[in-house]
Amino acid sequence: MTAATFRRWATGAYLVLFFGYLFLPLGIMAAATFNSSRFPTVTPWMGFTLQWFGALWADQRMWQALGTSLLVGAGVIAVAVPLGLAAALLLDRLHSRARTFLYAVMVSPLLTPGVIVGISTLVFWREWFGVTGGLFLTILAQSSFIAAYAMLLFLARLQRFDQTLEEAALDLGATHGQVFRRITLPYLTPAILSASFLAFLQSFENYNTTLFVRGLDTTLTVYIASKVRTGLTPAVNALSLILIALTILGAVVYEILRRREARRQPDPA
Amino acid sequence: MGGVLRRYGPVLTAAILLAVAAWLLLLVVLPQLLMVDFSFRPSLPPSKAGGPEDVYTLRNYATLWTNQIHLAIFLKTIWASSLVTAVTLAVCYPVAFYMAQVAPRRRLPLLVLMLVVPFWINELLRTFAWYIILAFNGPLNAILVGLGLYSEPQRLLGGDAGVIVGMVYVYILFMVFPIMNAMESLDRNQIEAARDLGAGWLRIHRRIVIPHAKPGIAVGCIMTFMLAAGSYAVPALLGGPQSRWFTEVIYNWFFEGGNWNQGAAYAFILLILCVAFILLMMRLFRVGLTDIAK
Repeated sequence: MTAATFRRWATGAYLVLFFGYLFLPLGIMAAATFNSSRFPTVTPWMGFTLQWFGALWADQRMWQALGTSLLVGAGVIAVAVPLGLAAALLLDRLHSRARTFLYAVMVSPLLTPGVIVGISTLVFWREWFGVTGGLFLTILAQSSFIAAYAMLLFLARLQRFDQTLEEAALDLGATHGQVFRRITLPYLTPAILSASFLAFLQSFENYNTTLFVRGLDTTLTVYIASKVRTGLTPAVNALSLILIALTILGAVVYEILRRREARRQPDPA
Repeated sequence: MGGVLRRYGPVLTAAILLAVAAWLLLLVVLPQLLMVDFSFRPSLPPSKAGGPEDVYTLRNYATLWTNQIHLAIFLKTIWASSLVTAVTLAVCYPVAFYMAQVAPRRRLPLLVLMLVVPFWINELLRTFAWYIILAFNGPLNAILVGLGLYSEPQRLLGGDAGVIVGMVYVYILFMVFPIMNAMESLDRNQIEAARDLGAGWLRIHRRIVIPHAKPGIAVGCIMTFMLAAGSYAVPALLGGPQSRWFTEVIYNWFFEGGNWNQGAAYAFILLILCVAFILLMMRLFRVGLTDIAK
């Protein structure tokens, strides 16, 4: 065996191990859904069952938590996407130290542990406005960092934007409002969609921040965590399996759309 | 600022400025500042707020120093998060290098998709997957006993080892993408040239690949460390009373101890730890803030 074949063989083996490591745990978790055992496991295998999907369907508190998560997700889209858009529009037109400074402040929530985002929101809103934990604070706390993700998406798209289009429209007598509605906004529509999608997903799966600001409300992710600790049955696996299937579907569709968009808009470089 | 006004007009500019100010002041800067202010005040009943006892004090910070249990948990959080960061870096580096430099171009889209998909899956669910694996009656114990390594199943959940193993799995993708992105811009010809000139693979990595990928490595380490040190989900699911994490201590100050000021002080200490790690990485890899915040 030559050195080159050995290296190729070793690389292949490493990749198989790595991707196996990524996917096998998820596969085991999914398989445990169908094992007819009261506790979720794959060993020993006690026979195939679909009963845990039925148990999940009948779980009232799960549906309530799902409703809360959907509400919070919608709220975060409504708050974080416009904030991120405004921030990107501002940054796109600044070229100075002010831009660097603002940019650093805007991305700082992404470098802050989620628990601290939750804690600072909780303390601030109680002390200044007397607002305690609940849906409202959950939406605000999540939006404070999800807006930064949205901002990055918008900024990336704005960098490829041909600003002469706006200038030409203004020269031809369009008002600023018309230019924004007819040129800027339509150009940004794909980014608005992907930012909304991302914002919802981030909100839906958030645990660390939500835990501190949720008050008495329970989102689906918080509900799953509480079920794992007390009252774990394979119904939790069934729920996880459904969520993972939906996420994979969403991720694949998102990637396909993103790549199609990237092909249609080759970089000027 | 004039450029903004010229481009968007007065109405839109006002709306933009208002939105950005609301975001940064009400949701980012003021809450952080108030949390710090709060952490230097004693915990008082509402009737005594603003009274003679409401003075700035370092008492909440001294607690960490005097409470041996909390201090031990804090120190463990530091070394365990460092360990998680080091292991993920070691595991991810070869994968990132393969994806960025070696992989045939036609195979790349599928490989990237295979990395992206688990990245999208809920952190809590990825943690839960390891709960199943590490459970007392779980597959890992079945394998260990089946191979004859142990005569009976071991307790794999509820200890530090389980938490660390879970964290490596959950945060690994935050390491692989930054390194991969940084390596992609390295011209493959440079590696070819070095090889033609007789450099071995170790030297190629030390002198060409790693220096080029430094900003990506720094970002990956910063993200992984921050996520590990600030993790609540992983220790909550995979740990136990014997393996508490610093975030769990903070949570208890808020919702069981009822001492928010004390909790705020601990939260600020955690934040300082993360900032210190960022500064350390910047020094170690000699990269600037602009390289990191890209």
